[in-house]
Amino acid sequence: MHPNLHALLVFLQTWWVELVSAVVIVAVVPLITGYLVLMERKLMADMQARLGPMRVGPHGLLQPIADAVKLLIKEDIIPDNADKFVFWLAPVVSMTAALTSMGAIAFGPSFEVARDINVGLLFVIGVSSLGLFGIVLGGWASNSHYSIMGALRSTAQLVSYETAAGLALVSGLLLAGTLKIRAIVEAQQHFGVWFVFLAPVAFFIYVVASIAETNRAPFDLPEAESELVAGYMTEYSGFRWACYFLGEYANMIVVGAVATTLFLGGWLRPFPNVHWMNWLDALPALFTAAVGAYCVYRAGKQPARVQTWFMWGVALACFAVALILAVPLVVAPLKFMVPGLHGAFWFLLKISAYIYLFMWLRFTLPRYRFDQLMHLGWYILIPLAIMNVLGVGVAMILEMEYGWNRWLALVVTTAFTLAAALFLLRLNDKRVAAASSAAPPEAPSTEDSYAG
Amino acid sequence: MADEPKAPQSPESPKPDSAGATSAPPAAPASAEAAPSPAVKPAAPARPAPPPPKPPVLMQIPLDNDLTKRYREQFGAAILDAVEDRKQPYLVIAAAQLAEIAQYSRDVEKFDLLEDYTAVDWPRREKRFDLIAILYSFPHNMRLRLKIPLADGETAASLVEIWPTANWLEREIFDMFGISFNGHPDMKRILLPEEWQGHPLRKDYDILQQDTAWVRENLGIESGQ
Amino acid sequence: MQDDAAQKQTLLGADELVLNMGPQHPSTHGVLRVKLKLDGERVRGTECVIGYLHRGVEKIAENRTYQQFAPYVDRMDYVAAVSNGLGYCEAVEKLLNVEAPPRAKVIRTIMTELQRIASHLIWLGTHALDIGALTPLFYCLREREEILKIFEKYCGARLTTHAFRIGGLQYEAYDSFEKDVERFCKDFERRIQEYVDLLTGNSIWIGRTRNVGVLNAEDCIALGASGPVLRASGVKWDLRKAQPYAAYDQYTFEIPVGTNGDTYDRYMVRMEEMRQSRLICLQAIENIPAGPILGKVGKVLKPPAGEIYHSIEAPKGILGYYIVSDGTTQPYRVRIRPPSFINLQALDKMARGHLVADVVAIIGTLDIVLGEVDR
Repeated sequence: MHPNLHALLVFLQTWWVELVSAVVIVAVVPLITGYLVLMERKLMADMQARLGPMRVGPHGLLQPIADAVKLLIKEDIIPDNADKFVFWLAPVVSMTAALTSMGAIAFGPSFEVARDINVGLLFVIGVSSLGLFGIVLGGWASNSHYSIMGALRSTAQLVSYETAAGLALVSGLLLAGTLKIRAIVEAQQHFGVWFVFLAPVAFFIYVVASIAETNRAPFDLPEAESELVAGYMTEYSGFRWACYFLGEYANMIVVGAVATTLFLGGWLRPFPNVHWMNWLDALPALFTAAVGAYCVYRAGKQPARVQTWFMWGVALACFAVALILAVPLVVAPLKFMVPGLHGAFWFLLKISAYIYLFMWLRFTLPRYRFDQLMHLGWYILIPLAIMNVLGVGVAMILEMEYGWNRWLALVVTTAFTLAAALFLLRLNDKRVAAASSAAPPEAPSTEDSYAG
Repeated sequence: MADEPKAPQSPESPKPDSAGATSAPPAAPASAEAAPSPAVKPAAPARPAPPPPKPPVLMQIPLDNDLTKRYREQFGAAILDAVEDRKQPYLVIAAAQLAEIAQYSRDVEKFDLLEDYTAVDWPRREKRFDLIAILYSFPHNMRLRLKIPLADGETAASLVEIWPTANWLEREIFDMFGISFNGHPDMKRILLPEEWQGHPLRKDYDILQQDTAWVRENLGIESGQ
Repeated sequence: MQDDAAQKQTLLGADELVLNMGPQHPSTHGVLRVKLKLDGERVRGTECVIGYLHRGVEKIAENRTYQQFAPYVDRMDYVAAVSNGLGYCEAVEKLLNVEAPPRAKVIRTIMTELQRIASHLIWLGTHALDIGALTPLFYCLREREEILKIFEKYCGARLTTHAFRIGGLQYEAYDSFEKDVERFCKDFERRIQEYVDLLTGNSIWIGRTRNVGVLNAEDCIALGASGPVLRASGVKWDLRKAQPYAAYDQYTFEIPVGTNGDTYDRYMVRMEEMRQSRLICLQAIENIPAGPILGKVGKVLKPPAGEIYHSIEAPKGILGYYIVSDGTTQPYRVRIRPPSFINLQALDKMARGHLVADVVAIIGTLDIVLGEVDR
């Protein structure tokens, strides 16, 4: 055989899993992200007393397809003095970083996407933070005031909150003892409890920091429409903008996956080791069946016949999934599938809850001003995260060296950390009160301030 | 009662008749007042109208209360006239003393709010413009109007130092009437584009008139489209 | 010119940046151009360029009869058209020396107070949207929809209503008018609580609005700012109480006052004004007097020569009409004192020293409508 052909075959044999998963990610994730956008719009509408997209497809379900087609056929506008290569490169970098980091995430005990590398978590965090380059380059290449200001703000925000997020993750990693994703979840199974109950402060910090990481409200000043039009994305239109947008939503999924893995027990069900809670294993099937039953109930109330049929179709799909989830529980030879299938279900449920929380916060809270945002990151979250790391470390030492009960140790240190947090907030309030009693700095008074 | 004023205007169109007839009871003096006016545009309505033959209520009456007395004491001849029109007092003052009178009004008489500042154009008069300053006093809950007759081309003192709200108000008067104010920090047009020629609220500016050159140059259309 | 040189000394010795919040901008509430002179993110001065919506309404007035001009007045502050109409009709009535009958006055009061609520709802929704809260806008529009339905049933129009006529009203209150207003008012208390829950105690909201755009009472009066802006700075003054018009002297209501004169206080003042308007409506519908709705004015209006100045407390501030009559059917001069125009002057004083993000909040809190600023 030709040596090059042989080399190629060996390459494919070693790496075929990764290659296939790469193709799957690039093919599937944009679709998922598109539907995530639709979900957000529907949720937003629900919380705002309206309906959301309803026209394109039944209940607006083909809206993402329509949006994608529209964005693809849009005219490609490049600003006059923009740096063309960098202008092209920036959204690509952003999206690539987000999609690549998905490769190391594991959705189930045997479902890692590409490969379960031994520095899995570090890989995910590190690669997803490369998306920052996409933002800076995009803002710079657009050759516009608004874009540069937005890009700089966004960069500063991301860097600050990544520090906090990383420190929060360190506390979780101290408990897990490893960076390998599957091993982290197995550690939670071994402990018998999700890490969120052992290190709640770390989870909270990570939630807040990850909202800032993904430029979501209330930390979405860089993209605030009402202030800088769209910040670094102002000059991007059509598919380039779609890349940025998809990168942002893919980041949301990644961040949700990391939080789920490290804090929410990954693919474990609640109370994974408690035997008398084994009835919880029935929950996935029951939940899906309940959704199907609700669809059947609503099918009767649809105004149009095609909508009724559609609801029936959805109901049947739900029942099919419920069946798939239920059968391995009952049929003995298929029991080996339970951890995988149910694990995937629990994992997806947790990510969905996490992302739902993101969306819920977006619709409820106003936006932080940039200086308040930076203050929150540097003055409150990072000190708190550092103290939390210390706390968890001390708790582990107490447990390992001094034989304390793990729970007792963690409760004590969490109490101390929370006390420290309250102290920080009190300090912050005092600082804010002092700053506000000194009125905003007066501009040099040579100018007549009443001149129109 | 309504017959007497009707006689001189019987060759007129029937409109004043019907006006008089339908609105006779509460507006009898109104129709009596209105009767001569369709015939001739009033030449000087700034002066209080001459009392009509038998009106139960006068629209404008000369004003002589304590406030007027104080102003007259302070400024003497600068107070050209003091009238009460429909229970709202106004003083007609000389333009030369505008700044002093304004200062006095704010500081002594406590008219701390310049509620409005505008102008009216009476083209047939010698002093064609009437600057109108409407003052309000929070402590006394009272309004006073100052009328300052100005000739075309004459400038007035700016009131920005006294009431900073006059800044944009004076710019608008300049924009619409062409009256310049001395001492204004930023005397330029406010509502119309800066290069616009003409002052629209003057009576000789026809309602359909536009600065066609500006429109053609900046909007690229022929004016009037 | 030496001001410019002194000004150009910025923190790092860099040039001052002039950022244009151009006529097209999602947050300037209309076509308003604000030139911001920035040092980094701090505002050192602002200059407003207005006139994009100037339609020459005052010139048009000189070529229309008094009744023909009434619909034009709605289009100035198009968010609160009923108030504009009230001010104009009352001014011409004073010029004619007639009074609207009591029934007309009470119905006018109810409509005007409903319009005040509607105007404040738009303000709240858009202000919250500018600051980033996406949801209150839709809740506010949902409430405003109810008010606009009442207007539509009354006079046929939702936005530019031309609801009143000179001398009174043209339309009798429709059959279920009192019931509709009562239903709305009873429901509204709960809705205001929704807005309060979303915003008032929210620390992000407080952080964005406390001490932003402070204007003390002296500056307010000096700059001519009126309405909620004046009341939030501590001046307890409302034209409805100082010089009552329509039927306001018959009802009891409070005047909300702020202390600091910052954006948060203006927000609280307007929220409380909405509550007070609701109370006025409830009091008014209990006892609408019977009687005629149009006073004795002819078809052709020829006020005696002279002039009048009449102002009302519009939702945005003091809305004044100065009308000069020469005895003909067409006014000689109509001058409209626009509250938004005069309040907007205060932008420069309020925005100095703040960040760019605050400028948006300050423009929102002034509650301007460009139709009124430019006329």
